[in-house]
Amino acid sequence: MSHTILITVVVLGSVGLTASIILYFVSQKFKVYEDPRIDIIQEALPGANCGGCGFTGCRNFAEALVKAENLDGLYCPVGGATVMANVANILGKEVVAAEPLVAVVRCQGSPEYRPRTSVYDGAKDCRIAHNLYGGETDCHYGCLGFGDCVRACKFDAIYMDEKTQLPVIIDDKCVACGACVKACPRNIIELRKKAKKDRKIFVSCVNCDKGGTARKACKVACIGCNKCFNVCEFGAITIKNNLAYIDSFKCTFCRKCVTECPTNAIIELNFPPRKIKAEAAQEPSKEQ
Amino acid sequence: MLKTFPRGGVHPPENKLTAGCPIEVLPLPQSVTIPITQHLGATPVITVNKGDKVLAGQLIARAGGYISANVHSSVSGTISKIDVITDISGYKQTCIFIDVSGDEWVGDIDRNPDIIKEIRHTPEEIIQKCLDAGIVGMGGATFPAHVKLKIPAGKKCNLLIINGVECEPYLTSDHRLMLEKGEEVITGARIMMKALGVTRAIIGIENNKPDAIEHLGSLLNGQEDIIIQPLKVKYPQGGEKQLIKALTGREVPPGGLPIDVGVIVHNAGTAFAVYEAVQKNKPLFERVVTVTGNSLKKPGNFLVRIGTPVVKLIEAAGGLPENTGKIISGGPMMGKALSNTQIPVVKGTSGIVVFSEKESARIPYGPCIRCSKCVSVCPMGLEPYLLMALSEKELYERIRNERVTDCMECGSCSFVCPAHRPLLDYIRLGKSTVIKMMREKSMK
Amino acid sequence: MNNLLKVSPSPHIHARDDTKKLMSGVIIALIPAFIASVYYFGWGAVIVTLTSVLSCVFFEYVIQKYLIRGPVTVTDWSAVVTGLLLAFNVPSNLPVYIIIIGSLVAIGVGKMSFGGLGNNPFNPALVGRVFLLISFPVRMTTWPVPSGFKTGYADAVTGATPLGIVKEGLRNGETIHQLMAQVPDHMQMFYGHMGGSMGEVSAVALLLGFAYLLIRKIITWHIPVAVTGSVVIFTLILWLINPEKNSDPLFHLLTGGVLLGAIFMATDYVTSPMVPKAMLIYGAGIGIITVIIRVYGSYPEGVSFAILIMNAFVPLMNAYIKPRRFGEEVKNG
Repeated sequence: MSHTILITVVVLGSVGLTASIILYFVSQKFKVYEDPRIDIIQEALPGANCGGCGFTGCRNFAEALVKAENLDGLYCPVGGATVMANVANILGKEVVAAEPLVAVVRCQGSPEYRPRTSVYDGAKDCRIAHNLYGGETDCHYGCLGFGDCVRACKFDAIYMDEKTQLPVIIDDKCVACGACVKACPRNIIELRKKAKKDRKIFVSCVNCDKGGTARKACKVACIGCNKCFNVCEFGAITIKNNLAYIDSFKCTFCRKCVTECPTNAIIELNFPPRKIKAEAAQEPSKEQ
Repeated sequence: MLKTFPRGGVHPPENKLTAGCPIEVLPLPQSVTIPITQHLGATPVITVNKGDKVLAGQLIARAGGYISANVHSSVSGTISKIDVITDISGYKQTCIFIDVSGDEWVGDIDRNPDIIKEIRHTPEEIIQKCLDAGIVGMGGATFPAHVKLKIPAGKKCNLLIINGVECEPYLTSDHRLMLEKGEEVITGARIMMKALGVTRAIIGIENNKPDAIEHLGSLLNGQEDIIIQPLKVKYPQGGEKQLIKALTGREVPPGGLPIDVGVIVHNAGTAFAVYEAVQKNKPLFERVVTVTGNSLKKPGNFLVRIGTPVVKLIEAAGGLPENTGKIISGGPMMGKALSNTQIPVVKGTSGIVVFSEKESARIPYGPCIRCSKCVSVCPMGLEPYLLMALSEKELYERIRNERVTDCMECGSCSFVCPAHRPLLDYIRLGKSTVIKMMREKSMK
Repeated sequence: MNNLLKVSPSPHIHARDDTKKLMSGVIIALIPAFIASVYYFGWGAVIVTLTSVLSCVFFEYVIQKYLIRGPVTVTDWSAVVTGLLLAFNVPSNLPVYIIIIGSLVAIGVGKMSFGGLGNNPFNPALVGRVFLLISFPVRMTTWPVPSGFKTGYADAVTGATPLGIVKEGLRNGETIHQLMAQVPDHMQMFYGHMGGSMGEVSAVALLLGFAYLLIRKIITWHIPVAVTGSVVIFTLILWLINPEKNSDPLFHLLTGGVLLGAIFMATDYVTSPMVPKAMLIYGAGIGIITVIIRVYGSYPEGVSFAILIMNAFVPLMNAYIKPRRFGEEVKNG
């Protein structure tokens, strides 16, 4: 009996020892040298692997940061300025603080304003519907409502409103990684400058049809009438292809364009209520 | 032993309700909307203005490049506006709106019904006439025909195939054309043969059209240059790659064209249009459209002017039934569902199929049960279940390696899937994304 | 215009078959085997089958509704098929509580734990059956002697199966010639008059089911022919080498679960390969492993294990064996 045990122990022991020696030498021979700073930087990054920096995963971004000459153009939207400052500190490089951004959905075409003219019966995917036809309404630029943007968001910052069938962005959770912007086949979602108290003023429409056609399709469409352009004293508004656009970095939140817009396509969010006018009751979606 | 393509294919119920209906001329509508882009290729340039008076057959938009097509007015009247409306693409496109008055045709069109068999023109003249007449592939692909009548440098062609297969269920416009205008179709084929410089042609016809096979056979009466070949009824026999495989055994290489195996394929309706253009100086401005559906009162085959809104065709077929669910332009396997009935008929509209609510119901889908039916029916040897999964997960590099660009979008996979999975919806998405990626990469 | 038109991508028509129709086709194909099992084993067959089917459906319903809290899909009848196949793979005197445990393992572990229909890599009925075989070896390897309705259920008289007799006999040094006298003759085995699991005994019933499956286009010929073909070829080789130590190919084909496995278990959609070329390799592998286990292993029967082992290779086969693409050059050789 003990003879068997002795042989077993010796054999298994020597196999184990030989294997570990071989493994040690192999691991030394095939060792890949990696800058140890990459590990440290990776620790400093949020670790969400969301791709918002433009790299596939935080490890790749960490590698790029270590290898880069300077940190221009390298920014982690999730970690924001704090994380970038930390990274810059570790690497001993300068960092340029970027403006915080937030995602904004530029369409108000709920069934109330934008009547349905057909029923889409295919796979519930915005890109598939977009490739097929203009959509269930006569506005062929507007939101299709099948949620590609909701599925793309890794931070639970966007959900589909049941009643309006439009996506809603939760400002507190949005880190402006840009995934929803890329997912939308119609470029309806845009990253705009994040203002204090989450205030926003923007043209909530992307319809480029001529005014009459756009208005027939949707009650709150931008008709390219130029009224907002004429009233803006800060040159923040441009009109192109029958569509107005407000530059979020030039806008001073004077709110004149909001009142001027005849179709209520320009909306203001998170502002205190105005003191005058019954028109306030007509504002389409204050509680977005 | 009937010829067929060896792999894949499905057998949807044929439903050729209108096979026995002779072609009727549809009464002229009050106005037409003619889209300027009814073909694959460059956008044409509009050559008329609002308020102009036009005749049927008059040029209203000129081809915008080599791979492009002229557009002609299909009616005589006044141009009321040039504006956008939703057309067959599902989006708003530029159209020329014409208010119809009378039915005057351009002077040099020969309206005499006598058949002219003698081909007096040279190959170059034939190609020029086809270009001038704005002829495009009438089977639905709408590729400019004159491009396919000239052999590109470095390629050889020894066979013309005329596609009289019409494998889609419900459609019978090519069938009736071959029956009623058989001599014209054959002459059209001979004109194409002269332009291409080939001495052999095969007209492929599915075996569910025995009268057409017999009629064309008797017209040819033993002449050797054109053969009628009956084919086994199987969808998608009318796909050009499958047709070439069945008739000649040759397989078009991936990413290639029929000319790569020495063959040119044209639809039977295109052959007819070529006959009219070359022998009668008639541009392409009307075509035979099958208007059909189990719920229609009077389905039939109609000769329709291009630009006629679909609602007029449905009225002629007895009016829109109460419980209509879908209206399809083309056949039920590859056609496009229309979002409204104002959409106009264009050069590639082979049929309008009306489905009731029940017939057009889509069942919610379940998970893939890995039955491999989709693999066994794919005529291109792809694995649709895998392509859908990769497309859903956005793994575009892998999906490209799985040869998604070979997919001919025939729909056999979605048709047969027991779990009712929308295979083709996702495969199309993967395919278009890969093509866009490849184009972007090649432009860098 | 009365109502809005529907718009969806093509195709706009669909074949009439759906998952439920395919499953019900499999159930119909199993009816001859069920009738045969009742004919030979009496009430036991009825009790085992009913218990298995009902508990499989019950467990699937409960797991889907209360554990996963997702959509309940028992109406696609795949749980019924699993229940039937599990029943047909066990002796007809198996106690009810063991069957219920088997169903729980088959559905819960074999199917639901992987994500439900379509996601399991291993055949659920076989997972359940092998679990029972290993957990209750005695109960799972004592088979009633077939005596119609006189067989009884809990009090059935048990006896060995032909494979068991041969395996034991060879171990004791008897020759095949002697052993063939102790087992039913080939004709009796063809009809099913022998010991064994309920559904595997009657070759004629199983072949009727096979014909039905082929006509309804529920399965293709590739897997059953590959399995039976490779079993026949390899047992033929062994038999030709030494007819006194190896049974003839027909014996191997008619005993044990080769036919049941080839026609109904290996052809399970979810766990078999997608491409015909791969199906043939898969079937051949099952046949070879079955023969190896039967001849050289300690178990008299090897089909269940063979199928589970080949199930493990199916993802690899699906990844590397692709159909020939249209237009691809045919490689030489």
